[in-house]
Amino acid sequence: MAVPTTAPFANRHVRPATHRANRDPAWARWALTAVALVFLAFFLVLPLLAVFAQAFAKGGAYFLAAIREPEALASIRLTLFTVAVAVPSNVVFGVAAAWAIAKFRFPGKSLLTTLIDLPFAVSPVISGLIYVLVFGAQGWFGPWLIEHNIRIIFAVPGIILATTFVTFPFVARELIPLMQAQGTDEEYSAVTLGASGWQTFWRVTLPNIRWGLLYGIILCNARAMGEFGAVSVVSGHIRGETNTMPLHVEILYNEYNIAGAFAVASLLALLALATLVLKSLVEWRQTGTA
Amino acid sequence: MASPRDSRSILPGFGLSLGFTLAYLGLIVLVPLSAAFIRTAGMSWHDFVVAVASPRVIAAYRLSFGASLAAGFVNMVFGLVVAWVLVRYSFPGKRIVDALVDLPFALPTAVAGIALTSLYSPHGWIGRWLVPLGFKVAFTWTGVFVALTFIGLPFVVRTVQPVLQELEPEIEEASSTLGASRIQTVTRILLPELMPSLLTGFALAFARALGEYGSVVFISGNMPMKTEIVPLLIITKLEQYDYRGATAIAVVMLVSSFVLLLLINLLQKWSRRYHAI
Repeated sequence: MAVPTTAPFANRHVRPATHRANRDPAWARWALTAVALVFLAFFLVLPLLAVFAQAFAKGGAYFLAAIREPEALASIRLTLFTVAVAVPSNVVFGVAAAWAIAKFRFPGKSLLTTLIDLPFAVSPVISGLIYVLVFGAQGWFGPWLIEHNIRIIFAVPGIILATTFVTFPFVARELIPLMQAQGTDEEYSAVTLGASGWQTFWRVTLPNIRWGLLYGIILCNARAMGEFGAVSVVSGHIRGETNTMPLHVEILYNEYNIAGAFAVASLLALLALATLVLKSLVEWRQTGTA
Repeated sequence: MASPRDSRSILPGFGLSLGFTLAYLGLIVLVPLSAAFIRTAGMSWHDFVVAVASPRVIAAYRLSFGASLAAGFVNMVFGLVVAWVLVRYSFPGKRIVDALVDLPFALPTAVAGIALTSLYSPHGWIGRWLVPLGFKVAFTWTGVFVALTFIGLPFVVRTVQPVLQELEPEIEEASSTLGASRIQTVTRILLPELMPSLLTGFALAFARALGEYGSVVFISGNMPMKTEIVPLLIITKLEQYDYRGATAIAVVMLVSSFVLLLLINLLQKWSRRYHAI
């Protein structure tokens, strides 16, 4: 995305779009396009269509009833609450990490960058498990938490922690390369002209990174709302209390309430589609201004 | 380190931002992750081996690694074709197709899981054609493979696409001028050029597939020894309050993931050097 176009490529649009030597024969073009589209149709389009077809299989009234049912509403509220805590935390972290890594020099920087990406390499199930090991009844702080009557695992704080873990790198990994590419010249000028640190950040840095930040937030939000494996381990599946939307989908599905499961799932699928649209808009915007 | 233009002397906020970054990273990621390793370090060697190498666990590794490899390979081939078509050709709706490639990143895994299961079950849109031919997908190895292919689909496309875009047409022109056929140009010039990014995409898809849970559990049927993936086995052990068994298997998977991560970093360095010119 935010790859700066270097000088040798500057004359690219002068060149005819498809030169003869780079052109595949017509049959190859048709065949490859057909293979690609059929593959994507089977693996992407059909599953997506299936969600909406199944959601409305029993009619619009059933669909509305399924998403207005108290437990469904409770799961929607819990998902929104979780996102409202986890995403802003990771945004603050992402901005702080990118500020430290992109604007200053210090030893161990590349190790720090690698460690920030670590949660992406961890299976969602293990992301939940590690919090059980720390805060669960048999975990490190388990006895202390029980003594003080604080519930983290099988309760909302555990869900928030697990969600924060799996969405941890999204904002930081978007901002670090972007801010590194932008350098520090503009901030230097601002500070030299007498701006305070916060003024520099709000008036100079933030406007420069706003699209990258938005991009990171969109991805972070999508993953936070849809996380299943990690949340499944720490939630305890208490109906109306610790079920997020994806967990509610699972419960309905396992109870053979297929149309109900797909009704709630279709809301999540809509969220995914909205995410793709927003993401594409931000990408076009970025390449447009680059 | 202490060069005269060292930025820390001018811009404020270094201590605050780095301090917060380290504290947050430690609390959310490093301390909980270390719990898995510290817990396992407390086990005797014998207990550890029993926990991570019993026949049921071995069967789960075989399924997870095997199906992830197969899915990664299929994604490598079709991902290359998709990236090629998206970069080189134009057709109506190309922008929509391009945006849709990221669907597996955006669609919650549980939703993908039930959607794929409904497609491939005996009455589903695809299953109803396959089952009469004696080809069962849902609740078999193939089902796990299909779900993992779905989940890994964007990786190869998104790693190959930018490299393909930046390739200079002169190389292909030179090859063609010197008398190479189109096939020769593609296999001898383009493929080696794309290889680092193809392998990176493959490794990313493989790593993601190894840990995947949500999209697989619905379609796999979860039969022990047959269609039980490793992440599910960890959950099963947790539900039986076998925390040590679950943690030991988790450590094996964490180590595999970290080795893969290292490999991916090396691959990316290699591919960057490849395109440094």
